[in-house]
Amino acid sequence: MKKLLLGDEAVALGAINAGLSGVYAYPGTPSTEITEYIQNHPLAKERGVHSRWCTNEKTAMEAALGMSYAGKRALVCMKHVGMNVCADAFVNSAITGVKGGLIVLAADDPSMHSSQNEQDSRFYAKFALVPCLEPSNQQEAYDMMAYGFDLSEKLGEPIVLRVVTRLAHSRAAVEVTEPKAEKPFSPSTDQWVLLPGIARKKYVALLEKQDAMKQASAESPFNKVERAVSQAGILACGIAYNYVKEALGNDANLVKISQYPLPEEKIKALAAKCDELLIIEDGQPVVEELVTSLLGAGYPVKGRLTGDLPRTGELTPDNVAKALGKTTGAVFAPAKNMAARPPQLCQGCGHRDVYTALNQVLADYPEHRVFGDIGCYTLGALPPFQSLSSCVDMGASITMAKGAADAGLFPSVAVIGDSTFTHSGMTGLLDAVNDKSNITVIISDNLTTGMTGGQDSAGTNKYEAICLGLGVEPEHVRVVVPLPKNMPEIMRVIREEIEYKGVSVIIPRRECIQTFARHARAKKQ
Amino acid sequence: MKKDIILCGVGGQGILSIATIIGEAATKAGLYLKQAEVHGMSQRGGDVQSNLRLSTEPIWSDLIAEGSADLIISMEPMEAMRYLAYLSKDGRIVTSSKPFVNIPNYPAEDALQKELDTLPSIKLDIETVAKDCGNPRGANMVLLGMAAPIIGILSVKNLREAIATVFARKGEQIVEANLKAFDSGVQAGTK
Repeated sequence: MKKLLLGDEAVALGAINAGLSGVYAYPGTPSTEITEYIQNHPLAKERGVHSRWCTNEKTAMEAALGMSYAGKRALVCMKHVGMNVCADAFVNSAITGVKGGLIVLAADDPSMHSSQNEQDSRFYAKFALVPCLEPSNQQEAYDMMAYGFDLSEKLGEPIVLRVVTRLAHSRAAVEVTEPKAEKPFSPSTDQWVLLPGIARKKYVALLEKQDAMKQASAESPFNKVERAVSQAGILACGIAYNYVKEALGNDANLVKISQYPLPEEKIKALAAKCDELLIIEDGQPVVEELVTSLLGAGYPVKGRLTGDLPRTGELTPDNVAKALGKTTGAVFAPAKNMAARPPQLCQGCGHRDVYTALNQVLADYPEHRVFGDIGCYTLGALPPFQSLSSCVDMGASITMAKGAADAGLFPSVAVIGDSTFTHSGMTGLLDAVNDKSNITVIISDNLTTGMTGGQDSAGTNKYEAICLGLGVEPEHVRVVVPLPKNMPEIMRVIREEIEYKGVSVIIPRRECIQTFARHARAKKQ
Repeated sequence: MKKDIILCGVGGQGILSIATIIGEAATKAGLYLKQAEVHGMSQRGGDVQSNLRLSTEPIWSDLIAEGSADLIISMEPMEAMRYLAYLSKDGRIVTSSKPFVNIPNYPAEDALQKELDTLPSIKLDIETVAKDCGNPRGANMVLLGMAAPIIGILSVKNLREAIATVFARKGEQIVEANLKAFDSGVQAGTK
């Protein structure tokens, strides 16, 4: 049966039909739709497949490793920067090994459509010494789930599955197979205690598996050779394959790469037949560097590092065609009457009222800085508010405000969302409390994870209790309702807490207007 | 046969519903399809677009190359022109004529409309047409109706059936209202 699926949905359905027992994830574009699809899928519901959102990517990775320990198939999903958050658990899961199949899905975002960097998760797979699968289309994304779980169990290692935005968020028809049964509950009897004495042995065991991983890549149905008369050799990784085929059709002399470690023999064979190799990969020049070292300094290897393809940004049919010596190009001149239309906070959003109040109060403190965080409210950096001085990673608002206050900044203000606070803000707040740092933390609570489309937020109804539990003084945990009519009160509270020499937390709380409207519609129907 | 279509507008205007309906119609008609969407940050009142590729042969790239789109279907006149680099020599623009102004530096409307008139475009005040046929939320269906006769690879009938399928779970009334808006668009577009 064929189904029209987003790349993300193909991953989700592929996992369910491969006998998945649990997905563990924190929302993040472009990976969010995987978990949402599983949450709403009838078979997953009937089987009781775990799909509730996790507090962050590290808790997700660890819970999935626990499910794997118990013998069942688990999937962890995140956007690329989530790999940084779960890196400790991820890298060490390669040392413990796995029992039930474990797939770590990383959704990379070349061109930074919704992200702060272009990091390439294939580096993580190489770093942890585990295989990586990189589908070129939605069908492969589906097929790689069953294949990946089997491979994971055969090798006893986690598998990274790397997708990029253009695959995650593009639809195509997928041939769907019959669902398989879940794996039985059968906890590992192996020792997963990574004390140095044990870890040293396990690390050697992981290194010994590298040949089997290479063998799997050499035999992989997803790595294939296409021969043509042309002399130029191409390595097409993941979705790059599509752009090459779009430009050259069947006239390409190439190795398609969708499974790592690299299929070295196939690459060497192609190199021997050609005068040079062009490496086409979405993201960072991972393969270009590896192949340069594989073939030796004398062999011409071209790609992003040599400027044959742009060093930054995603691949497009245009930049790939150009690298292949073909031309595409605009027929019409750019429009004269044109203006950029950046994203903005919704009309009626509570974050707007927070920034309005904050800007008015802080106008009296010319030395102030506001440290921002990751979420819809990052848009407070843009006009008309222009309130923020930083946005780095999940939770950094609080800790950066603390560090700047330690250095003497006053007022030092952090703005963080409710979901981001439980993701990675709580520990930083504890640091600030223990140091009695002079900071004002605004947890702008809209009762949801807004930016990714309104997923449940882990700490809803618990924020005051969390702050008190971490040791913020009760009289300095203040709750306000961000509405224009409450502006005088909100401004008064902000002013009082800035003037308090210590840690204070202000929680402006009003539901996201998007989820509010959705809830109202659901009630009406 | 192959048709490359760019759907565009401002986040929240209903671009993805149009894409869903064309996708449903194409699947039913047995066509190959690829549809790249933009989710996430840019949906908040920013510019949004979807690349829709329909073909009787397998399709490789999820994205449309510059100079090769057969059709730009836009919920907003300035947004229609944002993707001019992608329009092919014989391509057409089908757009709402009514600006959505949520930025301080939106171009002067007269100049914008004049520039649009120099391009191979048809435009219509789809919001007024939608209101006039009793479905003020159906402007996107009016726009789809306008584009329907020139999509080519799918018939008007294919698209009507897809509207009925996609909106079926919302009830008969919603289906009828959307079909009415679509038909008004078809009529206006063929005038």
